[in-house]
Amino acid sequence: MTAVDAGQAVIGADELLALYEQMAVIRRTEKAAHDLFLAGLVKGTTHLAAGHEAVAVGASAALRPDDYVFATYRGHHHAMARGATPEECLAELMSKNTGLCHAKGGSMHLTKASAGMLGSYAIVGAHLPMAAGAAWSARLRGSSQVAVAFFGDGATNIGAFHEALNLAAVWALPVLFVCENNLYMEYTPIGSVTAVANPAADRAPAYRIPAQVIDGNDVVLVKNAVAAAAERARSGDGPTVLEALTYRHFGHSRTDPATYRPAEEVEQWLRRDPLELARARLEALGVSGESVAAADQRAESAVVAAVAAAKAAPGPDPGDALTDVWADGGSAWRT
Amino acid sequence: MADVITYREAVAEGLAREMRRDSSVVCLGEDIGAAGGVFKTTTGLFAEFGADRVWDTPISEQAIVGVAMGAAMTGMRPVAEIMFSDFFACCWDYLANEIPKIRYMTGGQVTVPLVVRTANGGGLGFGAQHSQAVENWTLAIPGLKIAAPSTPADVTGMMAAAIRSDDPVVFFEHKGLFASKGPAAPPGHVVELGRAAVARQGDDVTLVALAATVPLALAAAARLAGEQISAEVIDLRCLVPLDMATVLASVQRTSRLLIVEENPYQGGWGGTVASIVADEGFESLDAPIRRVAAACVPLPFADALEQLVIPTVDSVTNAVRTLAAY
Repeated sequence: MTAVDAGQAVIGADELLALYEQMAVIRRTEKAAHDLFLAGLVKGTTHLAAGHEAVAVGASAALRPDDYVFATYRGHHHAMARGATPEECLAELMSKNTGLCHAKGGSMHLTKASAGMLGSYAIVGAHLPMAAGAAWSARLRGSSQVAVAFFGDGATNIGAFHEALNLAAVWALPVLFVCENNLYMEYTPIGSVTAVANPAADRAPAYRIPAQVIDGNDVVLVKNAVAAAAERARSGDGPTVLEALTYRHFGHSRTDPATYRPAEEVEQWLRRDPLELARARLEALGVSGESVAAADQRAESAVVAAVAAAKAAPGPDPGDALTDVWADGGSAWRT
Repeated sequence: MADVITYREAVAEGLAREMRRDSSVVCLGEDIGAAGGVFKTTTGLFAEFGADRVWDTPISEQAIVGVAMGAAMTGMRPVAEIMFSDFFACCWDYLANEIPKIRYMTGGQVTVPLVVRTANGGGLGFGAQHSQAVENWTLAIPGLKIAAPSTPADVTGMMAAAIRSDDPVVFFEHKGLFASKGPAAPPGHVVELGRAAVARQGDDVTLVALAATVPLALAAAARLAGEQISAEVIDLRCLVPLDMATVLASVQRTSRLLIVEENPYQGGWGGTVASIVADEGFESLDAPIRRVAAACVPLPFADALEQLVIPTVDSVTNAVRTLAAY
């Protein structure tokens, strides 16, 4: 396992500015979701991905539009990175008919199938075999698509993770297993419940899958690592495990203030905020502070407009409660 | 093809027919390739279709069903085999939380056209972890279609319907019926899911049965004919869609209902059938609804004990006698 050398990262200023703006939109959308929850406009729970933006945006930038992505209940960033709008996401959280899933899924199940974002799954690890299955399908159809499963560090201790890795390796499937290691399995440090230091990457050799631990807060490094793994998968060389080190800015879920995290650790990781790292790279590339500020302003305006539109949108259609169990659109189970 | 085939041959025949007509149909499971399946229900498929269509898997039930789900969401029509239905417990997340819910919870964005085949039920003395009839487990989950054929022709015809269905179908093949024989399905035979069959016509009492309890009910009906009791036997074929129209029409004529099920009485599918008849067919009834189901214990190993737990021709016959005399 070798970390990608930051010095080798190559990206154009325009592209990086666009990725920065995507991350800025996600950051503000997550903050809006948090505020809307506190205002009583989002019910249930949310698992915010503020801090994880670089994993989703960097990976998405390296994938083809027809590739498949499977995410977890902490998946708002993946939906948006694949093209879901902040309004569609916030409307879903707010139980509006204009939400991504017509208010039938909620925060934990954001999905945009038309963009290859095939779901957010709330049973830990369940989607790793599914991603392997989408990759198997791509291979059977000869489409050269790849599938990516994003998952948390906690998922590496559940059976489906191991079953998926073994089968993907045996069948040499074009699938990427991308762990967003934010150091905590819900409220518990992952290191205290896991036998190895790198919960995903250290398991991969047991299945003869190449693995890399990467800086998950650096959008350029994520993009490069995913691009290399996707290329490998498309060439028929099988799966790759990427363990992206990152950190959440909020607690595990809405009710968690995350007081179990040492203050100095939080401080250290906030200094490594993915937006800050991208700003530093932009500056190094000669992008002006005004250009970055303009991107921030566009992101701010977009999310303000999305919040207003989601608030104004109609509630769920009562007729939808009994639709779409079956492919014919209905729910009839008997005569 | 032979005019008469076994139930197990009908499984492979049903799979082969669909694989010939649709290249998106692929099979995966443990030992299903060159080995032909532990119950020989996939014999010949590997030779005819090769390793790109018939995939041997590790003993990884979550991976088998999860991979099938991902493939079904992306353009394939996978047929996954779970060797024994008891092993559904090893991949229950996919059957209870993932496959039946993803279409609904995404607001209809995806479909999951897959079949999960499994060998179900007792009668072969395999003990408590390889003999259960677990069709009631799946009935507890909205979003799964449930097929359980009783004859070779229905196996082939319902397999065609299950594979062509755009919905997920759990396909129960009964272990106790694998060696049974019957007419082969004619070419192009498709049995629409959710259509019960009247396996024997009668006037005095309606027996509703499924899979291996169909031949039990038919044997009991034949015995009772000598006692001037005319029993109608309905083969439900599917639990979802559930053909209650056929059951209610029969009960309207016979006024008596006996449900014969191999899953435990506690939580068994007969409870659902009984509640619908009590609700919508109450005026037709001249006697209480009765159920012959498995005792609420794990399946014992010894034949002599197993026969005391699951329905038998004797227990069904006795129940009909009591009901007819009510």
